[in-house]
Amino acid sequence: MMGWTTLLLALREIRRNLMRSFLTVLGIVIGVAAVVTMVTLGNGATQSVSDQISSLGSNLLMLRPGQRMGPGSSSGAPNFKAEDAEAIKTQVGSLKAVAPTVSRTSVVVVGTKNWATSITGSNSDYFTSGNWTLEDGRYFSATEERAGKAVCVIGATVRKELFESHSPVGDTLRIKQFSCEVIGVLAAKGQSAMGRDQDDTVVMPLRTVQRRLTGKQDVTTILISMQDGASTEQVTNQLTVLMRERRKLSDNEEDNFSIRDTKEIAQTLSGAIGTMTALLGAVAAVSLLVGGIGIMNIMLVSVTERTREIGIRLAIGAMEKEVLMQFLTEAVVLSAFGGLVGLLLAAIACYGLASMLSLPFLFSPSINLLAFGFSAAIGVIFGYVPARRAAQLDPIEALRHE
Amino acid sequence: MNDAATTVEPDVLIRLSGITKTYGNGPAAFQALRGIDLSVREGEFVAIMGPSGSGKSTAMNILGCLDTPTSGEYVFDGVHVEHLSRDQRALLRRNYLGFVFQGFNLLARTTAQENVELPLLYRGENTEARHRIGMEALRSVGLAEWAHHTSSELSGGQQQRVAIARAIVTNPKVLLADEPTGNLDSKRGHEIMELLVSMNRDHGITILMVTHEHDIAAYAKRIVHFVDGQIAHDNENGGAP
Repeated sequence: MMGWTTLLLALREIRRNLMRSFLTVLGIVIGVAAVVTMVTLGNGATQSVSDQISSLGSNLLMLRPGQRMGPGSSSGAPNFKAEDAEAIKTQVGSLKAVAPTVSRTSVVVVGTKNWATSITGSNSDYFTSGNWTLEDGRYFSATEERAGKAVCVIGATVRKELFESHSPVGDTLRIKQFSCEVIGVLAAKGQSAMGRDQDDTVVMPLRTVQRRLTGKQDVTTILISMQDGASTEQVTNQLTVLMRERRKLSDNEEDNFSIRDTKEIAQTLSGAIGTMTALLGAVAAVSLLVGGIGIMNIMLVSVTERTREIGIRLAIGAMEKEVLMQFLTEAVVLSAFGGLVGLLLAAIACYGLASMLSLPFLFSPSINLLAFGFSAAIGVIFGYVPARRAAQLDPIEALRHE
Repeated sequence: MNDAATTVEPDVLIRLSGITKTYGNGPAAFQALRGIDLSVREGEFVAIMGPSGSGKSTAMNILGCLDTPTSGEYVFDGVHVEHLSRDQRALLRRNYLGFVFQGFNLLARTTAQENVELPLLYRGENTEARHRIGMEALRSVGLAEWAHHTSSELSGGQQQRVAIARAIVTNPKVLLADEPTGNLDSKRGHEIMELLVSMNRDHGITILMVTHEHDIAAYAKRIVHFVDGQIAHDNENGGAP
């Protein structure tokens, strides 16, 4: 008997038991959909993180006090001063921009509206190192920086929350007890890798924030943007030597500051998301396995239920391998069909979820092919036992079966 | 097939010699057949009769190549069936035998046409040939216009006719019928028997039929009586009543 005939027999059998066939493949449908959705969304998340990291600025180093990795500074280690940034700028080579920053969260008021946002004090290098671009107005001048004038550049979110559609440049906003003139609006950058809205920000000259908000001369982070092609290692070494000297550390003391490469953060983050994706994918794969067991279960029931039919086929002259192939083909056609429906479902789910979670929808042919292949393989693996049982039935016994 | 065996008696199709069949072993063993010798020539219509437990069904299973004897020889058209493997016997059934059962044994939720075409499917006939030969067989049992009805939509007599069409669709040498009228009322039963007689007479198909009804057995040309796993009588029959 040819393969085509076997396929025809299997299709006929599936059509004859449409409802049962549907319930049988449901497990596979859900399993495949889950695996593909998880992996696709995971890939989207990874992609989105690396996009955001590159929007943060290329070749960017972050100098922070203390050794602790992660947001916030550790206790004990002294903060930097604006002079540290000056020293770096003059003494370390291959740098494009050096921005000493200090941040505070504060409520900003315009008319009757108010909005809690992050106020950052820095110099004009901040915009270079952060890959910011202006949408409107201008950055602050060196004179304004030196004088610590009350001027600010606002992010797209702050503009949206506090100002109507008209240009806010020239307007003033109030932070605590002082008023501040808006001189520029930044172009939107979207979410950061950590999921923070980067556009929810107000940037002022460093001295303004130090005098009017923090009341201290401290600088908590120094952003250092390297020139293209500069060696990260070399710059890091020079920075370390300089900072150890300036912070008067003796040879046996450990660094009380840390230098982080944003690329490194990106890699760590992507790695973490990759692990998460693999984990979720594995959980989904288990459900695929459960779906396979479902197929085996139904096929075994079906063999018992169809014992007499098998007896008829054997009496008519079906060979063992033909009955085996028929049942195996049924299982494979079912599971492969389930796989296809699962892929379709996954595509819809990914499309919907990706736009809901504002992740890019990256269609991956390899995971789709893999999931489909796996679903077909499940048909072979879990269909074999019932198929062999059917093929090895004794025709006399089978015909006598009620 | 093998020429050597056919030289003795040219038209002998089936030869059983010294066939025994024992179920189980040890003291619980049950000997269903105790040495059967039977020859059937091509074109015969043989009825096998006997009380239940006499071994007629066991003999029928062996004759139909569904079962193998414990000892003895079964030569079918020159081939020693007792030496064949399971698949070889399946091929023999596919190519030379047709079965009609007491319970019809049609596939459920399947049309008469699909049921009749089933043996052709296993023979690897293409769709066009299956339809043509299948419809021809249905026509020969008078059910051409019922081709697209499923088995549950047919009466018992009609189902048995479909079963006969399925049995003869491959043009077999032998048709084995196991109580073919057992589930039918006597009128339908006689109609089925007329059909079998015409198959035997017009198409030259050898028929082996198990029955326990004398008026059904009377349609056969030869009646073999089984008692206690042995053949008690083997008589020519005068003719149809």
